[in-house]
Amino acid sequence: MAAELETHDYDVLIVGAGGAGLRAAIAAREAGLRTAIICKSLFGKAHTVMAEGGIAASMGNVNSHDSWQVHFRDTMRGGKFLNSWRMAELHAKEAPDRVWELETYGALFDRTPDGRISQRNFGGHEYPRLAHVGDRTGLELIRTMQQKIVSLQQDDQRESGDPEARLKVFAEVTITDLLQDETGTIAGAFGYFRESGRFVRFNAPAVVLATGGIGKSFKVTSNSWEYTGDGHALALRAGSTLVNMEFIQFHPTGMVWPPSVKGILVTESVRGDGGVLKNSEGKRFMFDYVPDVFRGQYAQTEEEGDRWYTDPDNNKRPPELLPRDEVARAINSEVKAGRGSPHGGVFLDIASRRSPEEILKKLPSMHHQFKELADVDITQEAMEVGPTCHYVMGGVEVDPDTAAAARVPGLFAAGEVSGGMHGSNRLGGNSLSDLLVFGARAGAGAAAYVRGLGDARPIVPQSALDEAATTALAPFEEEGGENPYTLHQEMQQTMNDLVGIIRKAEEIEAALTKLEELKERAKHLTVEGHRQFNPGWHLALDLRNMLAVSECVARAALLRQESRGGHTRDDYPKMDASWRGRNLICSTEGDGIRVEEQPMPPMRGDLLDLFQRDELAKYLTPEELAAVGATGGATEATDGSGS
Amino acid sequence: MAGGVGSPGRAQIPWRTLRGDRWWFPPAVTFTLIVLWLLYALVRTSMQRDYFVATYHYLTPFYSPCVTASCHPDARHVGTWLGEMPPLVPYAFFLLPILLGFRLTCYYYRKAYYRAFWLSPPACAVAEPHAKYTGETRFPLILQNAHRYFFYAAVVVSGMNTLDAFDGFHGKDGGVGVGLGTIVMLTNAAFLWLYTLSCHSCRHLIGGRLKHFSKHPLRYRAWTIVSRLNTRHMQLAWTTLGTLLVTDLYIALVASGALTDLRFYN
Amino acid sequence: MSYDAKFRVWRGDASGGELVDYTVEVNDGEVVLDIIHRLQATQSGDLAVRWNCKAGKCGSCSAEVNGIPRLMCMTRMSTFTETETVTVTPMRAFPVIRDLVTDVSFNYEKARQIPAFAPPEGVARGEYRMQQVDVERSQEFRKCIECFLCQNTCHVVRDHEENKEAFAGPRFLIRAAELDMHPLDARDDRADFARDEQGIGMCNITKCCTEVCPEHIRITDNGIIPMKERVVGKRYDPLVWLGNKIGRRKP
Repeated sequence: MAAELETHDYDVLIVGAGGAGLRAAIAAREAGLRTAIICKSLFGKAHTVMAEGGIAASMGNVNSHDSWQVHFRDTMRGGKFLNSWRMAELHAKEAPDRVWELETYGALFDRTPDGRISQRNFGGHEYPRLAHVGDRTGLELIRTMQQKIVSLQQDDQRESGDPEARLKVFAEVTITDLLQDETGTIAGAFGYFRESGRFVRFNAPAVVLATGGIGKSFKVTSNSWEYTGDGHALALRAGSTLVNMEFIQFHPTGMVWPPSVKGILVTESVRGDGGVLKNSEGKRFMFDYVPDVFRGQYAQTEEEGDRWYTDPDNNKRPPELLPRDEVARAINSEVKAGRGSPHGGVFLDIASRRSPEEILKKLPSMHHQFKELADVDITQEAMEVGPTCHYVMGGVEVDPDTAAAARVPGLFAAGEVSGGMHGSNRLGGNSLSDLLVFGARAGAGAAAYVRGLGDARPIVPQSALDEAATTALAPFEEEGGENPYTLHQEMQQTMNDLVGIIRKAEEIEAALTKLEELKERAKHLTVEGHRQFNPGWHLALDLRNMLAVSECVARAALLRQESRGGHTRDDYPKMDASWRGRNLICSTEGDGIRVEEQPMPPMRGDLLDLFQRDELAKYLTPEELAAVGATGGATEATDGSGS
Repeated sequence: MAGGVGSPGRAQIPWRTLRGDRWWFPPAVTFTLIVLWLLYALVRTSMQRDYFVATYHYLTPFYSPCVTASCHPDARHVGTWLGEMPPLVPYAFFLLPILLGFRLTCYYYRKAYYRAFWLSPPACAVAEPHAKYTGETRFPLILQNAHRYFFYAAVVVSGMNTLDAFDGFHGKDGGVGVGLGTIVMLTNAAFLWLYTLSCHSCRHLIGGRLKHFSKHPLRYRAWTIVSRLNTRHMQLAWTTLGTLLVTDLYIALVASGALTDLRFYN
Repeated sequence: MSYDAKFRVWRGDASGGELVDYTVEVNDGEVVLDIIHRLQATQSGDLAVRWNCKAGKCGSCSAEVNGIPRLMCMTRMSTFTETETVTVTPMRAFPVIRDLVTDVSFNYEKARQIPAFAPPEGVARGEYRMQQVDVERSQEFRKCIECFLCQNTCHVVRDHEENKEAFAGPRFLIRAAELDMHPLDARDDRADFARDEQGIGMCNITKCCTEVCPEHIRITDNGIIPMKERVVGKRYDPLVWLGNKIGRRKP
């Protein structure tokens, strides 16, 4: 086995070729290290291309009041103060530079009249903040970095004659296991080529996980087949930890019809550009769903909300632009109350509010998407939308500055697979900036780690390789076992129904029982055919990742007895300040999954000062608030524009 | 099928196309219409008669400009530059190549005849019958790059047709007059202008070649107008074939006496 | 509302293969990719197909449906009659790997040959200024989702394997156009490159690339033809040619 195993040696191995992975690769390569990118699909097809709205960065091009402090504040509010404040701080500070950097790679954002990058409004952001290209910003980001990677390869070609001397993309390769030495230090990764089914081994002292999310564990999701929680599971199995996996964002507006595209996203820009949500009675119901913590920041009347689009300085924004979890819950309630649309959603109407020309200019790919997929002309009629599993806030527990994963030396994580940055709920637009900021940090962090190792390289015991190969081939050995597709569907249904947007203890417990059963059945999977490009086999291998991650989600959801952001408990409907300071950490324990509490480090005083005391009072316990009193906490929120 | 879609390594499918729609229909129509038009033009240009209605100064575009001594004296409104023409040689022999060249190198017609005549390819995803293909990289097809010079010349031709149309405002008594022929000629000239100005080379020259539209607002404006016309280039190409034929036919019929011009004024 | 449809799907690999007949359930509102997935889940678990987003944004599920290059996720079943047999094959211009999956590495090689965006000298990060009207032309080409349907349908390479070396294909000719029209790209040899290295002269503008583009990019009219005109301006203009002959290149 070992003799014929294809082996590659690199300094840094990036698992995942979406925004975070590519940005990490650029950083590692620019630090002079030999870098490989593992791509589950073809290069340039990553799920990042689906991001429509934009990249949040407080460049202040459209409203000069914006600053990193305001962005930080919005991010913390959106995450209901559960964010890793250090990540939120770094993110807010570095996002503008990361966006400007893309321009030097050749990106072409939409422009302001004075020629700078145009920025648009988005839910939860106080000022127009999202750099965008129509509604295909994610595609621009991926293409730009893909082309930057090509350009770095061209540099190497000129220098050494080999374009792949220091940066190589392995397309259609799936990593099934991380390789570690006897102390648990990362030594590389093991996987297979989708095309041939051949195994491949990468030796690399640093591995950056950038594998994205876990949406394929749910039935209705905007995520592609790749989102099977590979990175989450790899980290878990390697001995690292996941943080706050109970927080899953259900995007409020996914398509609900036709069934084949159920779940596919309808960008928030539709609402940012004037679209409103109506129930079957034609009522703009969002005004009834503004929670107390946001009461002062959103319009109370339709008139004021409508004025905001043209005069945002003197009016409050319409409640359609509340953070995603609020909107998703509101839609859920309307549908449950029997005021839904024919296919079980609500109406998103922009046709009656903007001219066809304007809609075509601002939302071309939305128009295209509805026209081609649903045969609906959004300039003429309202869309039917409903919540869809979109993003997981939880993820690998990382060091904010270096993106190093907890407990496993040499392992790094960035992007959706990492946790903490977004707290209990992510703001739209903060995902793409997260990818860039922490992608770059992970690449640099990995590079620094490798440099620190000197010439020492961890050694992988042969047994680990044999075991990885045996595990991967198991589905071919078994006869008469389960069909992986059937198991997958059952798991998706379970997660959707029992650990979905609204949760309660009995249901989560039922889900855990079902997951136990599925885990047992998953030990006996059978796939037909051979190893060459065999989707049944690929799914069989992904399934164990999804099952592990789903269990983390369910266990954490059961433990957290409050409702906050992307975690809503029917039996604990209120946000509970005593839960704010607690992270839920998921780890493996033998064959099982364990979730335990871990206190959060207290926020730095100067960051607390960015909030008014009465706002802090909504999130902190009286004791915490008293402690803030000692160090500060502003009576008047500082605008931050001066610093 | 050894090469092309039958190349080793590709999915082995023994048909040159799996298209089940009538993919052959559009190129067949193109082929037929162009052949008919060319036959008509060949016959008409070599007839050396029925090209001019002296009473109303209707000159067919196929004989314009009429500047040889063989022309009817009144048809030579821009002068007499050459002597008598031998039989069969078109009177407009030195402008017809320009007209032909402009259309032959036109980016739309190239698509049309490469598909319909040369079958390269006959339709999308239908294998072409040729073993070798070098496109427009060699003589003679490399001459397609001369399109913009034909465009310059075509502007002159359109101008000439416009002059002819103005000359067609000629009444029975020698003064100003308007008849159906005048309208036909004017319409033809107008469409010729639209076709000429919607040309891809024109679009490039007028503004497309610029890197920064924002620094040249007027040329940008011109470019947007030409761009809009350009989306109709195909329709204009066919429309002008029609107007040319109709104009010539009408004038031929009136000139031969088979038809009487409908007069609106004088 | 569902019915049983007749499908013929090409199964095989580089060593050979054939069209295999299936009868499969079709429901209201579905697309071809849904049906392929149903075949996978119920009749042939090892049917190989590439896909990702299922929303026409990633350009992975390129194939040929009834002989026409298309994205399977953007081909609604309602465009066929219930009695019609739907034939699905892999793209026929590229080597096949298995079933509907082809080896599209040709495209990645061509992508690597184009000189990257050249940042303007002396303009710092954050100082880039561009006008919307100046970026719009390039933005159209940046809509490209790299499904490679244009590359697949282009007869220059589809019907002539030997041209693959000399010809970059429509996708990369519009990449050249995109860079040449980029307001801040510092290179001025994009057109020369298109002619000398990308083989733009081989394109005979028969427009099939534009016909199959799922993003409706006007590849020919807005990309290739303007590039051809730029090539004419640099290389076939008699004055420029004369200038080059006497050794004084125009700046």
